[in-house]
Amino acid sequence: MTASLIIFLVLALLAVFAAVSLIVQRHPIHSALSLIVVMVALAGLYLLMGAEFVAAVQIIVYGGAIMVLFIFVIMLLNAGEEERTNFSKLATFAGIPLALAIAGFIAAAIARNAESLPAAAPSGTLTSTKTLSNLLFSDFVYPFELTSFLILVAILGAIVLAQREN
Amino acid sequence: MTDFLTKYAFVIVPIIKIAILVFLILTVDAYLTWLERKVIAHIQARWGPHRVGPHGLLQPLADGVKFIFKEDPLPTHVDKVAYFLAPFLTLMLALTSLAVIPFGPQKFTVFGYETHVGIADVNISLLVLFSITALSVYGIALAGWASNSKYSLLGGLRSSAQMISYELALTLSVVGVLLIAGDFSLRNIVGQQSSAHGLLTWNVFPQIIGFLCFYIAAIAETNRVPFDLPEAESELVAGFHTEYASMKFAMFFIAEYTNMITVSCLATILFLGGWLSPFPASWTFTHYLPTVLLIPFGLWVFFDGIRYETLFGRIMLPGVGSVLAIIGAALVFFPLLNDAIQGPFWFLAKVFTFLFVYIWMRGTLPRFRYDQLMSFGWKFLLPVSIANVVLTSIVILWRMH
Repeated sequence: MTASLIIFLVLALLAVFAAVSLIVQRHPIHSALSLIVVMVALAGLYLLMGAEFVAAVQIIVYGGAIMVLFIFVIMLLNAGEEERTNFSKLATFAGIPLALAIAGFIAAAIARNAESLPAAAPSGTLTSTKTLSNLLFSDFVYPFELTSFLILVAILGAIVLAQREN
Repeated sequence: MTDFLTKYAFVIVPIIKIAILVFLILTVDAYLTWLERKVIAHIQARWGPHRVGPHGLLQPLADGVKFIFKEDPLPTHVDKVAYFLAPFLTLMLALTSLAVIPFGPQKFTVFGYETHVGIADVNISLLVLFSITALSVYGIALAGWASNSKYSLLGGLRSSAQMISYELALTLSVVGVLLIAGDFSLRNIVGQQSSAHGLLTWNVFPQIIGFLCFYIAAIAETNRVPFDLPEAESELVAGFHTEYASMKFAMFFIAEYTNMITVSCLATILFLGGWLSPFPASWTFTHYLPTVLLIPFGLWVFFDGIRYETLFGRIMLPGVGSVLAIIGAALVFFPLLNDAIQGPFWFLAKVFTFLFVYIWMRGTLPRFRYDQLMSFGWKFLLPVSIANVVLTSIVILWRMH
């Protein structure tokens, strides 16, 4: 086993366990904390694939900004522990077989096409931020600017919605 | 044994460096509290700590012992996981952020493994530092929420709101430096500021707006006066750490001081040329500055210590003084050593200046009101730092053509 494979396994298991914990936890704050662990583990995986800038931004934007908002809202609403209800009979009886079935289908699909799937980027080599930004501002300039515009519209929309009526 | 050391040097050397750095930082943190109390006391015409050891020099040790042996009560109905996680997270992130800071220019070889002053030399060190800062909000937010106390909750909310708001200005004020350097590596940012002209090529001159924005935002980010609203004791008792006692409180305290050190290091590296000397390279006589400072200081401590009131002080102070003076004198006779400490000397001198300004401000300035803090951050600091980015880009473009 190479070092990068061990790191990959550790991070992947951490991400999966945190994701399961996100669903299983009863308290919203604990769920949010698990989600932060997922984000950070994903950032580690990005770094392993050589995407240094994406990894850092993943932590700064998702791990930092967005999750802080989640936690903030949960804290402000003072949301307490959730109560379990055995409401949906369909979920109880059909849920587990269906979940197993979809996992099996995905696994089968991946196993069948394992050879034809393109290999992941070779780990160990870093794509420099300069290359990334050059691409963003030359080849992908229209999608990039459109996304920025979309975000701007969303920000304006949030301000309009939050504005108190005079 | 040597084979083993050479083979695993890439693991062993960083571990040794981490141990040394953590020990140093914790000691510096402890003596920073001493310095802060002493300086503020003198600003307010008091003596400050002076009972434990000569000039109160052993006060940090006494405080440490007190923190360890204090009772650590657990408030009722706290969220145990978050309550215990918060101080550890805060301290861990504060110490981790120091890992990417380079302290000096030298490279040296241990067990056949080439390494440098500082733990990790990452080529995106600035981004790593910002991502760690982004996560450090959680420690405070969680501490406030988990404590099951109104004061803590309000303090935690305020603190996280403040940190999120000023993080934007902090990050944007650095972009100017990044545009000039064209690199995320702190080592290369320092290298780009070096020239034969000394301090004239430091980033602080072209980036004076960025520097001021950065320093203001950094003070707010570390929750210090005049932005220490999370700890406004007249309104919130002690803010997010009201319900913490003993070692867990100490962890928040150490984390706060460590963050101050990190931010000062960052300001030094980004704007004040890191370990570069402010004098032109041709002025080789400035290399004796450490000696010139150490010998008189050591002699002063020596002669001041002889007349100290207590016997312990009469032994300890002259001892410390003579050691300092001898180190200063030794530097003259070992030019290689003298050259080696030039980088760390200037780095530490600049960091110390920033830390002193921190303390100085705490002794001088009143606290902001909360709405003032928010409107200052969003309506003044953020636009100014964005304007700085635009201005810097225009100048760089204009120079390219």
